[in-house]
Amino acid sequence: MSQPALLRLAKVSKRYGSVQANHEIDLEVHSGSIHAVLGENGAGKSTLMKLIYGVEQPDAGKIHWNGQEVHFARPSDAQSLGIGMVFQHFSLFETLSVVQNVSLMVPGKPAELAQKITDLGDQFGLSVDPHAMVHRLSVGERQRVEIIRCLLLNPKLLILDEPTSVLPPQSVRRLFETLRKLQADGMAILFISHKLDEIRELCETASVLRGGEVTGRVDPREHDARSLAQLMIGREMPNVAHAAPRPPGEERLRLNALSHPRASRFGTTLEDIDLKLRSGEIVGIAGISGNGQQELAALISGETRAQEPGMIEIMGKKVGQLGPMARRKLGFAFVPEERLGRGAVPEMSLADNSLLTAHSRSMLSRGFIRRSVERAFTRECIDAFDVRTPGPDAEAGAMSGGNLQKFILGREIMLSPDLMLVSQPTWGVDIGAATAIRRRLLDMRDQGCAILVISEEMDELFEMCSKLHVLHKGQLSAALDAADTTPQEIGRYMIGAVT
Amino acid sequence: MKLRLIRRDSASRLAMFTAPVLALVLTCVASLVLFSALGKDAGAALHALLLKPFLSWYSFSEVLLKMAPLLLIAQGLAIGFRANVFNIGAEGQFIVGALCASALPVYFPDGNFPMMLPAMIAFGALGGTVYALIAAALRTRFGASEILVTLMMALIAVQILNYLLLGPWKDPRGFNFPQTVMFPDNAMLPILFDGTRTNISLIFSLLASVFAYLMMQHHFRGYQLRTAGLAPRAALYAGFSAPRMVWLGLGLGGLAAGIAGASEVAGPLGQLQRSVTSGYGYAAIIVAYVGGLNPLGIIASSFLISVIYIGGDSATVSAGLPVAAVEVFQGLLLFFYLLTFTLIRFRIEIDRKVTA
Amino acid sequence: MSGLEFLLAGTLAAALPLLLAALGEMVVEKTGLLNLGLEGMMAIGAAIAFICVYHTGSHLLGFVAAALISTLVALLFAVLVIGVKANEVAAGLAIGVLGLGLSALFGKSYESLTIKGLPKIDIPGLSDIPLLGQTVFTQDIVVWLSIVGTVALWWVLNRTKLGLIIAAVGENADAARSIGYPVVLIRLSAVSFGGAMCGLAGAYASTVYTPLWADGMIAGRGWIALALVVFGTWQTGRVAFGALLFGILSLGELTAQAMGVGLPSQVLSSLPYLVTILMLVVISRRRSDLI
Repeated sequence: MSQPALLRLAKVSKRYGSVQANHEIDLEVHSGSIHAVLGENGAGKSTLMKLIYGVEQPDAGKIHWNGQEVHFARPSDAQSLGIGMVFQHFSLFETLSVVQNVSLMVPGKPAELAQKITDLGDQFGLSVDPHAMVHRLSVGERQRVEIIRCLLLNPKLLILDEPTSVLPPQSVRRLFETLRKLQADGMAILFISHKLDEIRELCETASVLRGGEVTGRVDPREHDARSLAQLMIGREMPNVAHAAPRPPGEERLRLNALSHPRASRFGTTLEDIDLKLRSGEIVGIAGISGNGQQELAALISGETRAQEPGMIEIMGKKVGQLGPMARRKLGFAFVPEERLGRGAVPEMSLADNSLLTAHSRSMLSRGFIRRSVERAFTRECIDAFDVRTPGPDAEAGAMSGGNLQKFILGREIMLSPDLMLVSQPTWGVDIGAATAIRRRLLDMRDQGCAILVISEEMDELFEMCSKLHVLHKGQLSAALDAADTTPQEIGRYMIGAVT
Repeated sequence: MKLRLIRRDSASRLAMFTAPVLALVLTCVASLVLFSALGKDAGAALHALLLKPFLSWYSFSEVLLKMAPLLLIAQGLAIGFRANVFNIGAEGQFIVGALCASALPVYFPDGNFPMMLPAMIAFGALGGTVYALIAAALRTRFGASEILVTLMMALIAVQILNYLLLGPWKDPRGFNFPQTVMFPDNAMLPILFDGTRTNISLIFSLLASVFAYLMMQHHFRGYQLRTAGLAPRAALYAGFSAPRMVWLGLGLGGLAAGIAGASEVAGPLGQLQRSVTSGYGYAAIIVAYVGGLNPLGIIASSFLISVIYIGGDSATVSAGLPVAAVEVFQGLLLFFYLLTFTLIRFRIEIDRKVTA
Repeated sequence: MSGLEFLLAGTLAAALPLLLAALGEMVVEKTGLLNLGLEGMMAIGAAIAFICVYHTGSHLLGFVAAALISTLVALLFAVLVIGVKANEVAAGLAIGVLGLGLSALFGKSYESLTIKGLPKIDIPGLSDIPLLGQTVFTQDIVVWLSIVGTVALWWVLNRTKLGLIIAAVGENADAARSIGYPVVLIRLSAVSFGGAMCGLAGAYASTVYTPLWADGMIAGRGWIALALVVFGTWQTGRVAFGALLFGILSLGELTAQAMGVGLPSQVLSSLPYLVTILMLVVISRRRSDLI
């Protein structure tokens, strides 16, 4: 192209401590085009975006804007040149209204801004009530607020960080239509994702990132998903073929009309949830996080007590008002969605983190900690679950998300539970670790464990589960047979189109 | 150029020792500057503060006497602090412990029963514990901040003390001074070294340190408390009862402060008087933090703060320093400790911005 | 002067140190921090203000000096908590002890000296109202300025973009940073503001309200101010209301003592602390926050 690139990165590098997050990255984005940055978790995509948006500064390399070299000391520098960013985890403030959120970035009187929000919404299919409080909005609506907030600053380049990870399939369609309209308006769009099909559908150029380096520049429409994946992870996609599940056995978990009022105005009230889970089966709960997923998991684990003992039955016992330890004694184990600070204590060693839930495995002698047992257990977990770490003394907080998740899952599996609850098992985990985690769960199922998986990743649920429920606004759909349903049908439940 | 804090993969052991030493050095430097600015002989002041306590056996024994209550209270408080239970009103529990212990000799001034002293200690322990547990009850039942409640209770304890000393407990033959009768001999703690005032409460404190060490570093209960402090959600996930941590954290702090209060009236004071509110409860907070909330570290820090107390006494004479200088020194010490403590968790990296 | 007149005339002045300190701390907490060092910052402000007024005779200088010194102490807190991410509780206690110690150190040679307070200013028109005119509407300049200031603070926090930014930083600092707000600077400013307000509160206590300096004269008012922020649920109006309530309470104590109520004076002196505890219990019942 004759015209200079709107944004050009030349050999940009960034390191955090011993981790080289970005190494000599070259990247070009042109006006009126949608450029994808493709890479799996931990490949350095987020770091790259922070550098472009001025949240962080590169250690080396240059950033050019319209052919001019620029330095972004802070996000406002990037904003003033015309760079807008839609964050993966939204940067909205829940206690404020839509207009107030917008006015934090966009100058203008509230009444004028409200009008502009409505106008832009009509123009690009981003309708949202300007006076609504953000905590009342659905995830899709929040994303629209984020996009509107960027558009009101008239950006020339719009960066979207994993924008579809929180959307049901129908909303993804709608987002893509909006992005194409913006592209037709001459805007440059940088689209960050690890979802190959979406990139092939939307983008005409893509940079593939692996281990902090650009490993390829391709036209994604000319590649199939498989070869893109190979570029992304540097080897063949692991082929996952599983033995068909055997017929399930006895009932291990039962929710009987489980209802629970929300704890705060940012929470979700659960209404009348029924669920059955038997040994040797994996049941999935699909849905976008924030629809009661955290509340449900805490009720099943015992972190929150149910209102009636009979609302939750584990191994046929009414456990609704028992604590987590009592439920674990019945053979229950739980992998929570937050690893640091909940599933593990960041400041403690892995060995001490084993003690958190595995203390019943002869780790205590009259209440005193038996360090040798604790360490042996931890070593076994590290070996058996391929946890990459210097050893049992390493602090949990210093580990990568995938490794820590393998450790926590390993610790819970080593308790040989009869019933497991696994919440968002592969959030922020690289593909290799995610595959290993799913295989472990299937092995557990084959050994007769009953497993409940709460996940936002539809592919993952279809891969593992025999039955699926959808949780939407605190209500759980009836069980759908995974073999008979489709992602589209699940998607309709996710947006509340059917119940 | 900008400085950045990078989290260490594991806490640096060397830094664990260097941080307090560095903090002490910085505190001395800052105090030198401050005392000179006030027109005092700063050299003489520091000499008195840090060296004089070691120059005679008697002043050293006074250090050990001060150390007993500081060490005991700080061990109790540190247990709570590690569980994020912030009992900052130990002074109140200390006073109530002293009050409860004093009740016996006040009402039985010539009570010659052999169990007098053990009963006093038990009363003090009970009083301090119950007084602290009021805050635990309000925290667990109503969610009232234990920081504010314990502090308010400490201020109230001072008023109770004043009331008793000016009214019903005043020694009728005490020339109207606000103090009780002198305690009989069997209400006094045995002296440890002849010719000094150091009594066996130092042994209580050392035993408490052993107990704290075993519990916090090697027992599951201590592990639960530490987990509750470091990651409350992980404690909830594991099923460690949060209210129990509050009861335990406050109760043990109150117990230690109560025993220390009892030992104070049955030791150096020999009666209940206003000077029982000498700020041990507040100083123990500093002792606990400067000791890194670690039972072994606290032994060292309680010794250091005691040295400063005794040194401060002689500095008022030899360098004309006001008593408040000791408080300033303690505040500076905690400040610099918290600053240098960063060295343990993080290392500092200098981030040079690329400029073309 | 009757008891009622005494109450009407004195409540505002008695409430003022609490009001200023609590409003300052409220702004600090709104940005997501907690500074426990109020007592110390008030004490050092009180001591410095007294010293300044004693030597210069200028209350203005005294208030400025107090605000400056307390801001400096507050910045030490900022160094620990914002700078090196030290434990907030410990950092607050550290500067609290330091402030108290320094106040005693500097104020030592000024104990039992006296200075003049500030004259009362009548509001024309209002001061002619019977009963209220010569009581409620006759106050010193600091009281009048503080009332204006409280309204101004309410306006800033609830009606301006700055207020929105403060709320945003307090709710989600990471998000505020990612949309380009200088979170560190905003928090630093809030901590400084909190320090300055404590300094003014201390200055009023030692140069106008009593006017004299004595070691320990703040007598727990810093901690009560801290509780007032909880009581006021982080809203300017309610915090001000709480401060007035405590103003009445502390005067009631004086009146009761003067009238020789049949209660020991210690019971009356404990009253503010007991009421604080009671207040925490009632308010916290509805909230699960720690403070």
